[in-house]
Amino acid sequence: MATAKFKIWRGDASGGEFKEYETELTEGMVVLDAVHQVQAEQAHDLAVRWNCKAGKCGSCSAEVNGQPKLLCMTRLGDLNTDEPITIEPIKAFPLMKDLVTDVSWNYEVKKRIRPFKPRAPDFEDGSWKMHQSDVDRVQEFRKCIECFLCQDVCHVLREHHMHDDFIGPRYLVYNAALEMHPLDTEDRREDLRKSQGIGLCNITKCCTKVCPESITITDNAIIPLKERVVDQAYDPLRKLVQLVTGRGK
Amino acid sequence: MDYSRHEHDVLVIGSGGAGLRAAIEASAAGASVGLVCKSLLGKAHTVMAEGGMAAALANVDERDKWETHFADTMRGGQYLNNWRMAEIHAKESPDRVHELEEWGAVFDRTKEGKILQRNFGGHAHPRLAHVGDRTGLEMIRTLQDHGVHRGFDDYQECTITRLLKDGDRVVGAFGYDRENGQLRVFHAGAVILATGGLGRAFKVTSNSWECTGDGHSLGYRAGAELIDMEFIQFHPTGMVWPPSVRGILVTEGVRGEGGALKNSEGRRFMFDDIPPLYTNQTADTPEEGWRYVIGDRDARRPAELLTRDHVARCIVREVKEGRGSPHGGVFLDIAWIKDKVPNGAEHIKRKLPAMYHQFKTLAGIDITEEPMEVGPTTHYAMGGLRVDADSQMTAVPGLFAAGECAAGLHGANRLGGNSLSDLVVFGKRAGEYAAAYVNENGRGTVSEAQIEDAHREAMAPLEREDQSGGAGPYAVQFELQDMMQEKVGIVREEKTLAEAVEDIAALARTAEGIGVMGDRNFNPGWHTALDLRHLLSNSEACARAALARKESRGAHSRIDFPEKDKEWGGFTVVLQQDSEGNMEVRRDPLPPVRGDLQKIIEEQG
Repeated sequence: MATAKFKIWRGDASGGEFKEYETELTEGMVVLDAVHQVQAEQAHDLAVRWNCKAGKCGSCSAEVNGQPKLLCMTRLGDLNTDEPITIEPIKAFPLMKDLVTDVSWNYEVKKRIRPFKPRAPDFEDGSWKMHQSDVDRVQEFRKCIECFLCQDVCHVLREHHMHDDFIGPRYLVYNAALEMHPLDTEDRREDLRKSQGIGLCNITKCCTKVCPESITITDNAIIPLKERVVDQAYDPLRKLVQLVTGRGK
Repeated sequence: MDYSRHEHDVLVIGSGGAGLRAAIEASAAGASVGLVCKSLLGKAHTVMAEGGMAAALANVDERDKWETHFADTMRGGQYLNNWRMAEIHAKESPDRVHELEEWGAVFDRTKEGKILQRNFGGHAHPRLAHVGDRTGLEMIRTLQDHGVHRGFDDYQECTITRLLKDGDRVVGAFGYDRENGQLRVFHAGAVILATGGLGRAFKVTSNSWECTGDGHSLGYRAGAELIDMEFIQFHPTGMVWPPSVRGILVTEGVRGEGGALKNSEGRRFMFDDIPPLYTNQTADTPEEGWRYVIGDRDARRPAELLTRDHVARCIVREVKEGRGSPHGGVFLDIAWIKDKVPNGAEHIKRKLPAMYHQFKTLAGIDITEEPMEVGPTTHYAMGGLRVDADSQMTAVPGLFAAGECAAGLHGANRLGGNSLSDLVVFGKRAGEYAAAYVNENGRGTVSEAQIEDAHREAMAPLEREDQSGGAGPYAVQFELQDMMQEKVGIVREEKTLAEAVEDIAALARTAEGIGVMGDRNFNPGWHTALDLRHLLSNSEACARAALARKESRGAHSRIDFPEKDKEWGGFTVVLQQDSEGNMEVRRDPLPPVRGDLQKIIEEQG
């Protein structure tokens, strides 16, 4: 039976190292299978998050040979198994143990975003009229499985650690899904500009490239949001009205 | 002892659709609520539900109404269902769909701009509100995003190991954080179990690691009754190849959109065996079936949309008789509809995006070009905690259950799409009644002795010397899964079921002696050792109930009793812990169906 070698990060906040494990390969195996096999046979306490094993829950995010991936959707057949395969935790968040990081910051950020506020229903039974063409764009954003790989590769978070000033691509997409929801009546533009740091995104599209759901984060969500924010904050006509009336700040 | 203590009016254990909906409702009623999530919030198994949520909205076929949904659910469950639950479910699910829309869910639309509904097995009309094939994600995210602004506390990556009682009444729970092993005592006036299913007891399953039936076994150990545990739904279409993805779900939506099941001879074998209960509703030919799929109201459903229990058995038959696919399944072909609809390949990708992606990535198969290989996979537990239909309270005061860990709605077989609606209909009710219960009864008290005992139990695998001969928790779990698959799987008989009961007892003895490596910091070995107790207890319940029911009905097939038995049609198998701690099996007669509902069943024949 063919085998492959894996260098898996073992350690916690106080430090750690790559440890090498060798395990058997079977046809069609994904990286998560190899991690589980190592866990069951050699390292019972190896920490890894996973749930669905089908690319739907976004739990098993990690970096495989330096690439941000879902472990469950990365086939070993697509990697060079002649060389050891490195598996390490994502980098934008504090390490808990082995492949598991503390992603609680993401949940805190989401709580700060103004919730969905629908207009009154169109029909007596409490429902609304919306056409498929009205919801296509929002449905793209709502495919997000919250794997946080986009957050992991965003320079503003990963390299500059600006977690206090910037909400990251995931929550720009979340804002976009709310702002472009046909029923929503809330306005989040000022929050985006002032406290959520949308201006810090310099549209390098790293987030779009790693999205396992192929959401066009930058082009469809972030850029249109930036335009809306700019329109609101720097509209010359509006500025003039504000100057004259002294209102609308 | 090193534990933190938390006070709530209502403690909800489980954060899938049912748990989140219960927490939202109890909070709305003014209760202080704690929500325990075994994983991160938003990752629970609901996220994997694909096809849709059944509700008689009548958006696509105006003939649909709650009475038809009720009758379909009862027929699908072979009339073992709790008829009051089936009635409540059929009546209330449309409101729950609209409520999700009000909270931000974005369902696919009809041409008129209403919520689109799709065909599914056993439903007389297109009834499933859906979002492509990721409806579960839409539901859990909507509930999560709405819920986080409702003021309840969540405890993420926290596992409950035991319920705490004050006399007969449940007044809390004991658990630990997966992250660092921090122990927690929750004191609450009412506890809602919403822990989902137990599919991890079997080898081939669509269920995630979490689905160890914690609520089933926690409730059972606290004195509640388990019913219908012999009925495990083997979903007919799971992936069979490659080996590492065996069991991953292939949505019934594929068949709802026209997918054909074929054997190695290319024959649509589902048309060869139509059960008598469904002859009037099923197409005579594939051609008629296709007309149904595209909305011809005079046509009847294709045979592929018969109920899951029956489709799974037909697939097993084809494979057994040598007409299977190369990797031991059958073929599921959606590519054939390309000739029937404009922009066929795009149409398939739009209707089934997750399936397209899943097969492309994991099996290297383009489903718009080639058939999929599929076979049965353990999917859903119809059995669970017996609850009052209206309030969802178990026989143990203060203990409620909702969703998959509760039983009654689905009887002997669940219809696809009835699970997502079940979660929100009964999650809401559990939240409402639990909050009311606390208002009336206060919180009770938790004794230190119980906490000490629960503490000892949780820490044991880390503290004791290993007496399992080095088997370790994973090896015991794998052995249990192999055994359950073989002896308590789709086809059962007396001899092997009896062996299974013995095997489970032996594995339980081994599990009692497992000592694990490592410490309390995010240690999956320790977690697995603790989850094993739930798996073993639930496996025993399944095996004993299957042994007791000497007939074949719904999802329960006995080769030694291959027919339905009229007498057994009037009984529920009940399991309860006796005073010695042993599992007592008895059968309770089903209460007669209320007159007006019986009339609906007969009229909808």
